[in-house]
Amino acid sequence: MIGGRSDLPLSDDSTGAYLPWLVAPMVFLSAVALAGVFILNTLIGSWDRDVAGTLTVEIAAAPGEAAESAERTRGRVEQAIGILENTPGIARARALSQEQLVTLLAPWLGSSDLLKELPLPALLDVTLEGNGGVNLVELAAKLAKSVPGASLDDHRVWLNRLIYLSRAIEWLAIAVVVLIGAVTSATVYFATGTAMAVHREVIEVLHLIGAADGYIAGQFASRAVFLGFKGGLIGLCLTLPVIFGIAVGTDRLEGGFLSDLSLPLGGWIAVLTLPLIAALLAGLTARAAVYRTLAKML
Amino acid sequence: MARQHAAERANVVQFDGVAVRYGRGPEILQDLQFALPAGSFHFLTGPSGAGKSSLLRLIYLAQRPSRGRILLFGRDTSVARRYELPALRRRVGVVFQDFRLLDHLSTLDNVALPLRIAGASEQDVRKFVPDLLNWVGLADHIDAHPPTLSGGQKQRVAIARAVIGRPDLLLADEPTGNVDDSIAMRLMYLFDELNKLGTTVVVATHNENLVSRMDYPRLVLERGRIMRG
Repeated sequence: MIGGRSDLPLSDDSTGAYLPWLVAPMVFLSAVALAGVFILNTLIGSWDRDVAGTLTVEIAAAPGEAAESAERTRGRVEQAIGILENTPGIARARALSQEQLVTLLAPWLGSSDLLKELPLPALLDVTLEGNGGVNLVELAAKLAKSVPGASLDDHRVWLNRLIYLSRAIEWLAIAVVVLIGAVTSATVYFATGTAMAVHREVIEVLHLIGAADGYIAGQFASRAVFLGFKGGLIGLCLTLPVIFGIAVGTDRLEGGFLSDLSLPLGGWIAVLTLPLIAALLAGLTARAAVYRTLAKML
Repeated sequence: MARQHAAERANVVQFDGVAVRYGRGPEILQDLQFALPAGSFHFLTGPSGAGKSSLLRLIYLAQRPSRGRILLFGRDTSVARRYELPALRRRVGVVFQDFRLLDHLSTLDNVALPLRIAGASEQDVRKFVPDLLNWVGLADHIDAHPPTLSGGQKQRVAIARAVIGRPDLLLADEPTGNVDDSIAMRLMYLFDELNKLGTTVVVATHNENLVSRMDYPRLVLERGRIMRG
């Protein structure tokens, strides 16, 4: 019945004219929140994949003159690698080269030759076997006892904290979307109530000549679906530049921790279906409002 | 008991001790006790303010009585569920005193309303509505909107809307109040034809001339009571 014949003069009525302009910002906010949820979810997944199955062992530089310190540190590294490679569940352990360490520190300390002369700690990149199964507490204790200055850095500790925070933000965003849905619904409900008051006489005539509640409610619902969809499309048009803007901004970051801020396919589907959801919500709400009002009539 | 039930079913309308009052005011209709057999034709007469329109409102289910029982097509409306009422209303054609035409719809769409509400196809609407409008002399006003029509024309549109669905019961509240005698007689002839086809007809009117020219029984309403029936 969308755009079709209606017995009620709803298209001439100013009560519905503002509805798309109320639905549009709701859909915009929902789309941004929803996109945020999907992007965050993807980001958490990528962090998880990057970090899962790896450990870092840090070995403090041994004290002493530079050459002596370097020699002793190398010995500790070999000792740690020996322990690690003999531990069940560990696939591989390798020490980062001096050049790799300097590159890692360059953003903070610069890349002068002086850096190469500093007693830098050694870092071991440890790869776990497929399903892990390494007792990290036991391994950390063993390393600390056998190799002076060795400490095990399990990325999971801080990553889990980050993931918990991200999940909390995700749920917050979902709550925002639900809240926006409720506000949209309330708006449509009151707009329908106003429209019914405006067209009370027409409704009464339809009612008295035998129109069932569903017949009248269907006409209001069709109009609400149309207006809701229109508002949804406007909201979507406002959203797309924002999502593309985030993607462009991510490209400029050139990888790193926030490497993947693009919206995944599922996110696109969710965002693009928002106008339909807004239309459906508007239609169902209008129908419910009409049924509720008509129930007061004989 | 069985005979009583059979009689109730044979009556299109039956009032048992019906009264109506608004708020805490006096009863404007009191102890109404009458039945309209299927296929009958009655005039409802009485002075202004006697309660003719209120009585018709009870029959077309615009309001409930304060007390008593109304049976419509054998169904006790006081116990009928709300969702059953539209189907009962669709069997009743009503010519409202104030016409109640929808100004934003054309003459054709106004008359077509009962058909569309009943789920008729657009093909049927295009077939039956222009014929009826032609019969009531409004063929040239098929696309006109009510505000552009005269009082008599509006009345004829209202009558066409009431009869288009071939109702089992036709209620007309002062249907000839705005038309001249020749058109009034033509409309009464339409009601008469419908009655011959089986429609039960009740015409509320002040027009004594019309009543005397047609040999049908009267329900006379005075001070909220049926005085003769």
